[in-house]
Amino acid sequence: MARHQGRGMASINYPIGMNLGGDPSQALVHANPDGKFTVALSAIDLGQGMKQVSRQIAAETLGVPIEDVYVDTADSDTGPHDMGSFASRGTHRVGNAVIVAAKEARGVLLEAAAEELEVNADDLVTDGKGNIHVRGAASKSITVKAASQAAQFKQGKTISGRGIFLIPLSNVNPETGEMSPVTAYAHACLVVDLEVCDETGDVKVNKLTSAYELGRALNPKMVEQQLIGGAWMGMSHALYETPEPYYPNPEHGGRDYNEYLMPGPGDIAPHDIAVLERPAPDGPFGGKGPGEMCANPVLPAVANAIFNAIGVRIDTLPITPEKILRALKAQGGARPQVRRA
Amino acid sequence: MARMPVQFRLNGSDRAVFVEPAETLLGTIRRGLGDFAPKFGCGQGTCGVCTVLVDGEPRLGCLTLSVTCEGRSIETASGLADGPTLHPLQAAFMEHFAAQCGFCTPGMLMAAKALLDRNPNPTRIEVVEAIAGNICRCTGYEPIINAILAAAQQRGARRA
Repeated sequence: MARHQGRGMASINYPIGMNLGGDPSQALVHANPDGKFTVALSAIDLGQGMKQVSRQIAAETLGVPIEDVYVDTADSDTGPHDMGSFASRGTHRVGNAVIVAAKEARGVLLEAAAEELEVNADDLVTDGKGNIHVRGAASKSITVKAASQAAQFKQGKTISGRGIFLIPLSNVNPETGEMSPVTAYAHACLVVDLEVCDETGDVKVNKLTSAYELGRALNPKMVEQQLIGGAWMGMSHALYETPEPYYPNPEHGGRDYNEYLMPGPGDIAPHDIAVLERPAPDGPFGGKGPGEMCANPVLPAVANAIFNAIGVRIDTLPITPEKILRALKAQGGARPQVRRA
Repeated sequence: MARMPVQFRLNGSDRAVFVEPAETLLGTIRRGLGDFAPKFGCGQGTCGVCTVLVDGEPRLGCLTLSVTCEGRSIETASGLADGPTLHPLQAAFMEHFAAQCGFCTPGMLMAAKALLDRNPNPTRIEVVEAIAGNICRCTGYEPIINAILAAAQQRGARRA
């Protein structure tokens, strides 16, 4: 029996969103009588931070404090249409829609303020703290709250904005099949260090080292939490989760968490992450988003590391101890590959 | 079958309920008493989201019969905060981004509380063991482990 060390690497280009049908997202923004803003979305926050990032983007665009923005993603029946939270599209698609909607609402807000101050709306700026004032003359000012109330109770204006983000459907070249399904790609490279036991087929992951390029990190802590967590979802796909043995017939597959395995807190390894920020030209404030890409490079990197450790190439997932032992038997034992420093 | 009376303390309040003989503590807490902090996950004791404390010990609410809790003291995540002041564990979970979808969080919090109550200065391995029965899909556990260690450290600093 021996435990063989292995190192594997994988690099990926990851498309943000799927532009095959246009992939639109909509946002509606309106001011309430207390001068606070509501952003209505149908995009779903399932813990990845959709609401927080939309809130940051709306506050930044409107020019108001982030505390004064509420994001409502409660109900896709009543909210504006959205394709959904998938394909790592949330920050990019929804964020762009929120910018368009918030810009329109900001325009009406400044018009209302201009009417109250008897100045030209083009001369007004926001201070991000809840005030609107004439450029270069901070004393000539009105609060966002007062402007909102004037619009709603005096001027009869709705401070609101509509936003949609839609990338035109890419045409397919009939000769070559060439098309541009997406406009923004994120990138990642990940190295896995692991060891494989040639008697039990057990794989122990010792270390992950990665670099992710995902546009501007609009909320760096949430990017980090997605990358840490997503890597272990990737690891789970690579080494644990399967409805086998007779997929797609579910009869003999895993029925519960005793049989459908996932890594537990004792199975994780240190993960050293570098985030590279290259603002995307068509991203909201340059953001693209981590999304599914957190998990993707882990799978090929694990397969490569196992090859490096014992010389068997396993091309079906997950790479279970059973598959490793069968492959070792067919090969006649472990053949550790050359390790480069 | 006749329903049976059970009395216990839930987060410090005396409660009395009638339960079916085979009713689980999780069902009683959620449906009978309206405390929805502990979650129903697998219903067979393998995911840990229903973890509550019974006399300070972590128990799986989905596998504990309510009738066995007569006279006991039950704690759930709803009882952690003191008014608007979060429990140190809750504050640390927030600070360390230890929740994403949040479904495992109430169980993780209670497993962690049971640990810190009996072992205020746990090692990393002891933390891992304490939450080994709780599955998390989103976080990769690392932020949760760090949050529990940080809460322990903070409590230690306050005592000193």
